[in-house]
Amino acid sequence: MIAELGQYALVLALALALVQMVVPAWGAAKDDPVLMGVAGPVAVALLLFVSFAFAALVAVYVTSDFSVVNVVENSHSQMPLIYKITSTWGNHEGSMMLWVFVLAAFGGLVALFGGNLPDRLKANALAVQGAIATAFLGFILLTSNPFARLVSPPAEGRSLNPVLQDPGLAIHPPLLYLGYVGLSIAFSFAIAALIEGRIDAAWARWVRPWTLAAWVFLTLGIAMGSYWAYYELGWGGWWFWDPVENASLMPWLAATALLHSAVVMEKRDALKIWTILLAILAFSLSLIGTFLVRSGVLTSVHAFASDPARGVFILGILSVFIGGGLLLFALRAGELRQGGLFAPVSREGALVFNNLFLTAATAAVFVGTLYPLALEALTDAKITVGPPFFNLTFGGLMLPLVAAMPFGPLLAWKRGDLLGVAQRLTLAAGLAVIAGVVTAAATGGGPVMAAVLIGLGIFIIAGALTEIAERAGIGRVPARVAWARFRGVPLSAFGTAVAHLGVGVCLIGIVSESAWSLERIASVKVGDTLSIGSRDLTFARLENRSGPNFTARTAVFDIHSGGVSAGTVEASRRMFAARQMATTESGIRTYGFSQLYLSIGEETPDGHLSVRVTWKPLVTLIWLGAVVMAIGGGLSLADRRLRVGAPRPARRRIAQPAPAE
Amino acid sequence: MARLRSIALVLLLLLSGAVPAFAVQPDEVLADPALEARARELSRELRCMVCQNQSIDDSDAPLARDLRLLVRDRLKAGDSDRQVLDFLVARYGEFVLMRPVFSLRNALLWGAPLLVLVLGACAAFLTFRRRAEPEVLNWTAEEEARVQALLAAEDAADAGDAAPEPGAVKAK
Repeated sequence: MIAELGQYALVLALALALVQMVVPAWGAAKDDPVLMGVAGPVAVALLLFVSFAFAALVAVYVTSDFSVVNVVENSHSQMPLIYKITSTWGNHEGSMMLWVFVLAAFGGLVALFGGNLPDRLKANALAVQGAIATAFLGFILLTSNPFARLVSPPAEGRSLNPVLQDPGLAIHPPLLYLGYVGLSIAFSFAIAALIEGRIDAAWARWVRPWTLAAWVFLTLGIAMGSYWAYYELGWGGWWFWDPVENASLMPWLAATALLHSAVVMEKRDALKIWTILLAILAFSLSLIGTFLVRSGVLTSVHAFASDPARGVFILGILSVFIGGGLLLFALRAGELRQGGLFAPVSREGALVFNNLFLTAATAAVFVGTLYPLALEALTDAKITVGPPFFNLTFGGLMLPLVAAMPFGPLLAWKRGDLLGVAQRLTLAAGLAVIAGVVTAAATGGGPVMAAVLIGLGIFIIAGALTEIAERAGIGRVPARVAWARFRGVPLSAFGTAVAHLGVGVCLIGIVSESAWSLERIASVKVGDTLSIGSRDLTFARLENRSGPNFTARTAVFDIHSGGVSAGTVEASRRMFAARQMATTESGIRTYGFSQLYLSIGEETPDGHLSVRVTWKPLVTLIWLGAVVMAIGGGLSLADRRLRVGAPRPARRRIAQPAPAE
Repeated sequence: MARLRSIALVLLLLLSGAVPAFAVQPDEVLADPALEARARELSRELRCMVCQNQSIDDSDAPLARDLRLLVRDRLKAGDSDRQVLDFLVARYGEFVLMRPVFSLRNALLWGAPLLVLVLGACAAFLTFRRRAEPEVLNWTAEEEARVQALLAAEDAADAGDAAPEPGAVKAK
C-alpha cells in the first residue's frame, strides 16, 4: 500500500512539475502576476509530494517489504536499521529518487526564501526548475520505477552490497547530491536571466549564496567520498582519477570558477556573460556526471549500446538542458551589456586568471574522462587515460593557480599594484622558504620538488593569514585599533582567507602522503614483528568475531614505539553470508595528522598472513584541508551581506573603513 | 553516488575469486629494493586490462598478479623501464598504458587543456585591449574635424600654456 501511495505521489509530482514548468513561464511572457505567482506554491507542493514519495520508499526499506523489487535487490531483514535506511539510495532507482528529492527541496527553498527576487526572474527560474524536475520524474517513472512490485515476493532480500554497508553511505551521496543539484539553481537563474535578456550585479548577489551552498556540500561530499574509499577499499589510495570521481570533480571545479567570477560580477558588474556561461556549464557538468555514472557508459561503450533505454533517456535530458541552455546563451548573450572596466593587474584580473586555469583544469579532466569513450565509439581503438595523465595535466594547471592564490585577495579592484602586493607577501614567502628548507633537511634531502611544494603550501596558508592581517592593519596600527578593525573585517573576507588556507593545508597533505609514505609488505605468523618508521608492530593474534550480518577474521597487532607499548591496531576481513561476499576493514591509527594504515590479505594453510602496513605522514590534512575549505564557504555564506533578503546594516559601513572594497 | 559506484564496481571485479585486499603480495616482492622500487613505479603505469580503471599495482585480479610478476621478470633480466613498457605494449597494445602516448591520435587529448588555456588567454587579452580603448574615440570624421578645430583654437589662445594631452587624440 505504501509503495502504491509513493508511486501515486510521484505521478502527481510529475503533474505539478509540468505546471511549474509551463504556467510561470507563460505568466512571465504575458507579464501576468497571477500566473507568475503560481510558481511559488506549486514548487512547495512539489516538494511535499516528492518528500512523501521519498519517505514512502524509505518506509518500504525500513519495513523490509520484499514485495518491492528494489527492496529485494538491495536490502535484507537482518541489516542494521541505519543500513536499511541508507540502502534506499544505495542503488540506481533510489539514488534518482534522492536526486529529485534534493531538486525539489532546492526549488521549494527558492520559493520560500526568494521573496526579494523580482517576480519575473523568480517565475522563470522556478519554471526552469520545474522543467528539470519534469525530466527527472519522467525518467524515474518511465525507466527506473523504485516502487515496482513482485508477483511472488521472496522471503528474504539479497542484501545491500557489503562494501556499501558503511556510515559513509549515509553521508556521502546526500552531500554530493546537495552539491550537484544545488548547481541547478545557478543554472535556472542563468536561463531566467537569458530569457529576460537583462542581467545586473543584483543577479550575482542572488545566485552566489546558492552556488556557495552547493559548493560547500560538493566539497564535503567529495572529501567524504575520498576518505571512505581510503579506509574501505583497503589499499590506502585516496584519489584514483576514476571516471566516477572525475564526474564529481568537474562540477566542483566549475562551481569554484563560478563562485569567483560571480564575485567580480557582484562587486564590479563585469564578467557577466562569462558568469552566465559558467553557471550553465557547472550544472551541465553535474548532469554529465549523473549520465556517466547512471547510464552504464563507463563500464563499456558496448554495454551502453546493448541496453540503451536509460542511457538514451539521460542523453535526451542532457541534450535538452545543455544544448538548450547553450543555444539560448548563443542567441541572447549578445544582448547582455558588459560593464566595469579593469586593468589586467587587478583583483578582477586575478579572478580572470583563476577562471582561466580552473576552466583549463576542468577541460583536462573532461577530455581525460571522455576521450577513451569517444575514441572507442568512433574508431574502436582502446586507450587508457590514467592517473599519470591527470597528475601531469591537472597538476600542472593547478600549481600556477594555487601559487597565485595569495596574491589575488591582496590586489585592489580595478587597478592593482603587483609589486606592492609582493612586498606585503614577503613575510609569507620567507616562511615558505624556511619551511621548504627545513622539510628538505628533515627528510634527508629527499625529492626536491616535494620540499618546494611544502613551501608552497606554507606560502598559501601564510598568504591567507596575511590578507586578514592586512585588513586589520596588524603591525601598522596600535593593537587596540587593529583588534577593532579585525572584528570589523566582514565574514566573507574571513571566508575567503579560510577557504584559501584550506587549499594550502590540503596541498601539504597531498605532497606529504605522496612523497614520504613508508610501506612494508610481508607474510607474518603470530609473534612476528614488523618495523615501520619508529614503530614496531607485533602480530598478537588472529580471532573470529561476528557482527549483526557478518562474521569476521580479525588480526590484532601490538604497537611498540621506541620499545614502549603504544596500543593495538586491528584489521579484519568480513564475510557476508547474504551475498557470499567479503570485505576488508583496514586498521587505522591516527598520530597527530599522520596515520598508520594496516590491511590484511590471505591466510595460508600454514598460518601465515600477508599484511601491508603503511605509514602515511600528514595524510589527514588532505581531508581536513577540504573541511577547512568548506568552513570558509560556510563563513562566507553567513555574511549578512550575502544572506538572501538581509538588508545591510549601516553600522557595518562605519566599522570597516580601510579594507579595499 | 560517485564513490559508491566505483566501490561497487571495484568490488564486483574483486569478486571474481580473490578476496579484496591490497594488491602486491609478499611473495612477489623482489629482494633488491632498488629493483622492487622500479617495479612498483612501472606497475603504476600499467593497466590491469580486465579491471575498471585500475593499475596492476592496485588490482587483486589474477591477471594483474601475472603482469606484476612479468614486469619483475623483465627487470631481473636486465630490461630498462622503457623496454619493459615497450614489451607490454607489443603484447597487449596501447590499452595497457596508464599514460597515453604522445601521438597524432591523442593530440586532442593532450592538447585540449593547453588549447583551452591559450584560447582563454587570447580571449581575455583581446577583451582587455578592446575595452582599454576609450569608447569616445569612435567619433565620426566630422566630429574629429570639430575637435581638431577646437584644439587648434585653444592652442592659439593659450599659446601652448595648457596643451591638451596629445595621446587621447592621436590614438585614432
